[in-house]
Amino acid sequence: MSEQERGTTATPGGEQPPQEPSVSHRLWRELTTGNAMLTVLSVVLALAIGGLLIILSDPRVQQAAGYFADRPSDTFATAWQSVSSAYAAMFRGSLVDFGEYSVVRAVRPLAATLTNATPLIAAGLAVAIAFRTGLLNIGAEGQIILGAIGAGYIGFTMDLPVVVHLVVAVLGGVLAGAVWGGIAGFLKARTGAHEVIVTIMLNYIARFLLAYLLTIAAFRRAGRSDPISPYVAESAQLPRLFEGARLHLGFLLALLAAAVVWWLLTRSTIGFRLRAVGFNPHAATTAGMSVARSYTLAMCIAGGLAGLAGASQVLGTERFLSSGISGGLGFDAITVALLGRANPWGTVAAGLLFGALRAGAVTMQAETGTPIDIVLVVQSLIVLFIAAPPLVRAIFRIRVRSRGLGAPEAKGWEA
Amino acid sequence: MFTVLGLGALVLFGLLAPGGERSTFGISTAGDIVEIDPLGVPSRQAAILLALLCLAVAGYAFLLTARAEPVPLWLSVLFGTAFVLSFLTWAVAGETISLTGALQGSLALSVPLIFGALCGMLGERTGVINIAIEGQLLAGAFLSGVVASLLGNLWVGLIAAPLAGLLVAYLLAVFSIRYLVNQIIVGVVLNVLVLGLTNFLYGRLLSPQAGTWNSPGRFPRWKIPVLGDIPVIGPVLFDQTVIVYCMYLAVIVVHVALFHTRWGLRVRAVGEHPEAADTAGIAVNAVRFRNVLIGGAVAGFGGAYFTLGAIGVFSREMTAGAGFIALAAMILGRWKPMGAVFAALLFGFANNLQSVLGIIGSPIPSEFMLMAPYVLTIFAVAGLVGRIRPPAANGQPYIKS
Repeated sequence: MSEQERGTTATPGGEQPPQEPSVSHRLWRELTTGNAMLTVLSVVLALAIGGLLIILSDPRVQQAAGYFADRPSDTFATAWQSVSSAYAAMFRGSLVDFGEYSVVRAVRPLAATLTNATPLIAAGLAVAIAFRTGLLNIGAEGQIILGAIGAGYIGFTMDLPVVVHLVVAVLGGVLAGAVWGGIAGFLKARTGAHEVIVTIMLNYIARFLLAYLLTIAAFRRAGRSDPISPYVAESAQLPRLFEGARLHLGFLLALLAAAVVWWLLTRSTIGFRLRAVGFNPHAATTAGMSVARSYTLAMCIAGGLAGLAGASQVLGTERFLSSGISGGLGFDAITVALLGRANPWGTVAAGLLFGALRAGAVTMQAETGTPIDIVLVVQSLIVLFIAAPPLVRAIFRIRVRSRGLGAPEAKGWEA
Repeated sequence: MFTVLGLGALVLFGLLAPGGERSTFGISTAGDIVEIDPLGVPSRQAAILLALLCLAVAGYAFLLTARAEPVPLWLSVLFGTAFVLSFLTWAVAGETISLTGALQGSLALSVPLIFGALCGMLGERTGVINIAIEGQLLAGAFLSGVVASLLGNLWVGLIAAPLAGLLVAYLLAVFSIRYLVNQIIVGVVLNVLVLGLTNFLYGRLLSPQAGTWNSPGRFPRWKIPVLGDIPVIGPVLFDQTVIVYCMYLAVIVVHVALFHTRWGLRVRAVGEHPEAADTAGIAVNAVRFRNVLIGGAVAGFGGAYFTLGAIGVFSREMTAGAGFIALAAMILGRWKPMGAVFAALLFGFANNLQSVLGIIGSPIPSEFMLMAPYVLTIFAVAGLVGRIRPPAANGQPYIKS
């Protein structure tokens, strides 16, 4: 997440400082004053506030605070115990569990992290590529749902040979997502309808569409009255990468998608056009680029990526379709893309971080009873802190000459 | 040009509707609308009549546009009402529903939408887009419930609600106006923050210790003496909780303040042309800051309706997207209080209708009824149903040069 990665807006490398500082010195300066440091500080700060919340809401701490005047040490001891056990559980649940004796069992939490990161990365890319084109894609949620519907339907109704079935199912999901995203892009290009409003509305339409589909016979599991689809056929499932963990091929697909998006944005003509439009649509028009076509294309690609996230959820993680298939992933994806500064590899890193938070929170909830929703708080705080560098700087009293958020300039409904 | 195109679609909309209905009414016998004395109308004729009224309104609107005159709001309202009634008579053909009950249910669902839409409007009229309405409603619902049950006093809870909304709005204002972060992004992130915070505290405190933390109770209904006795309208409008009465007041106050006071003129100037407003000596960012805060308080107050007005307890994610429907209502209502009220009532009606029709057996799946507001909004912003113009400086931060 260095400044270099900001593509078009990165400072040119040709600057000649008066006297050449050593490499290590430069690295140190970059780490302490650059965006990387800012990101780390934001994460630390968010986790600290999260810890404070855990302490304040812990009934045992409240009890100890009741006799604070008599024995203040009790309050601090319980507080420390409360927050440390919660975060220790989160660590055990997301990275390595040292309590386990076999290596495979010890790294199982890491697999859970990667599983959780998979849809976050894919959907985060969907938001990121739209950002770079100057569009705010709030609709990843709906695009994920459509992707899941498309992939799931092909997965449990069609009967195809082994590899072909999987490929067709994944492509079906991508295509369904692309169409859903494309609607917003097309309307934006044709009528100027603001993509934020359209994508928000499309999210709800997708949700109700899924709810409706799960009531009709074609999507119902035999012998069940609750809205749950049949299992995806084995030939269409994304294969698991390890025994005993839910990690599946979808993770590699998400990484591949990140590589493709990186190539597309930085090495291809299409990507150059998208970025040019995102940077300044008027200049792009003057240069003979079609802004309308770029908008539609960007939203189609974005939808396709979110569709991939949906497909990986239904074909790999869950293996059936239910009304909660997306479960707020689309909104998490926005925070992932923001933390990753709308950069493909940054998005991967952010996806891994939030994936780890999610995986760890499950263990935390099971072991210490701390509600999993603390993740949402930490996640949104991180993004808020990153979004406003002056705030973090003020808190830590450091001087940074970095830019703000890697998002497009603020635009009105009609812009 | 755009307007002609949009109203062309409006006419088509009107034309298509009766076409589909005529064929269906052949089977139906009579739709009964029941109050104290049941009012039975032959559903086929009534629906056709209402559809014709739709057509007439659309035609008149088309004429107006052809003469380059603006289409007044009441015309859209008339069109919407006639269309909905026409749909209703078709849908309940051969069945019986309670009109009063249906209207009461609609209003109940519309109240938070109206508060939310007013909040969005106060912000957007000054050029600040507020996507965090959902979060403000949820925060208001949460804090009002918690404070009311901790202190055992509903009124204190009602005062706490706008404070919660104000707090969320303050964050929105600080980040978007002072730090110039993209307004939409801040809004989205704040929604996630409030959602996570309320869910966390719900799981930690409200759910395990419901007795102390989550038992606020509800406001009683107050019947207004004379007005409350009017058939149908009385029980719907004038036998409500204090929150609903406050809503009437809020709508009127916002309408008057925005369009008939010097304050409103300034607010709108800031939203339309901040440079000009600045030149005229208006502190643009101060006006924006203040309005976002006022809006947040309004939305927070509306959030109290969920806990103290309707349900009586707080539950996870209880706003369930109302903030986004409020946003849609504001857009459909063209950034005007009265328009937003009507759009919110329409959405509330559609939402309520799907549960009513679910009981008597609906001709169309309830999910599609729930989708309707969102589809309508997409049509609206795409310019298919009339023309919509937001405040010119909406979403653009103002940096004084």
